[in-house]
Amino acid sequence: MTANFGTDNAMTAPAFDVDVSLQRGDFAGRFAFRSACSATAIVGPSGQGKSSLLLAIAGLVTPVAGHIRLGGRTLFDAGAGIDLPARDRNLGLVFQDVRLFPHLTVRANLGYAGRATLAEITAMAARLGLTALLGRWPRHLSGGEARRVALGRALLARPAALLLDEPFAHLDAARAAEVMALVAAAGATAPVLLVTHNTAEAAAIAAEIINI
Amino acid sequence: MTPLSEPEIAAIIVSLKVAGVAMLGALPLAFTLAFVLARRQFPGKPLLDALVNLPLVLPPVVTGYMLLLAFGRDGWAGQALGFFGISVLFRWTGAAIAAGVMALPLMVSPMRLALEAMDRRLEAAAASLGASPRRVFATITLPLMLPGIIAAAVLGFAKALGEFGATAIFVSAIPGETETLPLAINALLQVPGGEPAALRLAVLALGIAFLALVAAQYWQRRAGRHRV
Repeated sequence: MTANFGTDNAMTAPAFDVDVSLQRGDFAGRFAFRSACSATAIVGPSGQGKSSLLLAIAGLVTPVAGHIRLGGRTLFDAGAGIDLPARDRNLGLVFQDVRLFPHLTVRANLGYAGRATLAEITAMAARLGLTALLGRWPRHLSGGEARRVALGRALLARPAALLLDEPFAHLDAARAAEVMALVAAAGATAPVLLVTHNTAEAAAIAAEIINI
Repeated sequence: MTPLSEPEIAAIIVSLKVAGVAMLGALPLAFTLAFVLARRQFPGKPLLDALVNLPLVLPPVVTGYMLLLAFGRDGWAGQALGFFGISVLFRWTGAAIAAGVMALPLMVSPMRLALEAMDRRLEAAAASLGASPRRVFATITLPLMLPGIIAAAVLGFAKALGEFGATAIFVSAIPGETETLPLAINALLQVPGGEPAALRLAVLALGIAFLALVAAQYWQRRAGRHRV
């Protein structure tokens, strides 16, 4: 499968400049796109490797070929032998499977990256409607609550870009709108790349939509 | 129950000392082995796996005899220690080595299972949040496998406490030095009229084992409190 899109205008350093070939289990495919927008959405049915693409950008899956550049910074380049480890990429990835640390409270999960003060954690929890849940174990959270914690945890890492995998799944309409506003606000400081199967959600926050 | 006699107290102290040192000494080695066996692929891995588990299936008497050969005056380990003027023969340290070797496979197993059951995607998530490999290990891997470590420590302690065959062959039963509770019970059962004293020691052994299990359950529950 090949997906080739993007704005081929004369941008000097597009937010995302990605061209990777991925091979993971049964899936093999190539993704190539460039985007200069503050919020970009990749939309397509599941099973097309959208999650693998985000994992590759975050440095958790190694592409077999290609390059990944973010705002002029090269994170991966098979030809040049560059492969920055995940911890040095400084990206906020919100996993589709959430991946909260089960042995840490909501508060400790939010602050895990160690880059936010207690006041910032508290403020983020308030914006995400998590204030009453700060002392809880992840096991006692609903799907939507866990997803909001994961988003807060990624934002509090002060990422150079925010990567979201189906961020609005398990959220009711009102909560989804709040989270969308938060993501849009985050886009002001760091570019956002989100993958979703939901065209309406993509349209609600992304300036550029890439269909695969 | 009459107060404990001096030989009884000596047997308890030797037992606790030997089992405690055996467990604490074997723990880092068992942890390393569990980590290597759970996470690394290398040629000869089945061999290492078999070697670790050997004391489990070997007659303890054979293990004790092999330790005697290794740590004896002409053995490789005995000569190496002899260079520093150390001998573990007929010493409580030798009893601890025998108990540690016998306990090792039982300690590797729960830690290995804990590592294999761990969701490694959590470690990836921590790395994506900027955590160094050392921090991932300290804040994610280690806490998540803590119940396995506790299980290993308790199993190892209990096994070391009950070890008989290898210890008897390797360091024999010297009261106050290498004579642990099981060895003392055995000695008492060999002499006429020793049975009441043997029974007292048996009850003591039961009490110590029971306490260890209760403590283990408490610590395990604490370590896994986020799961409840």
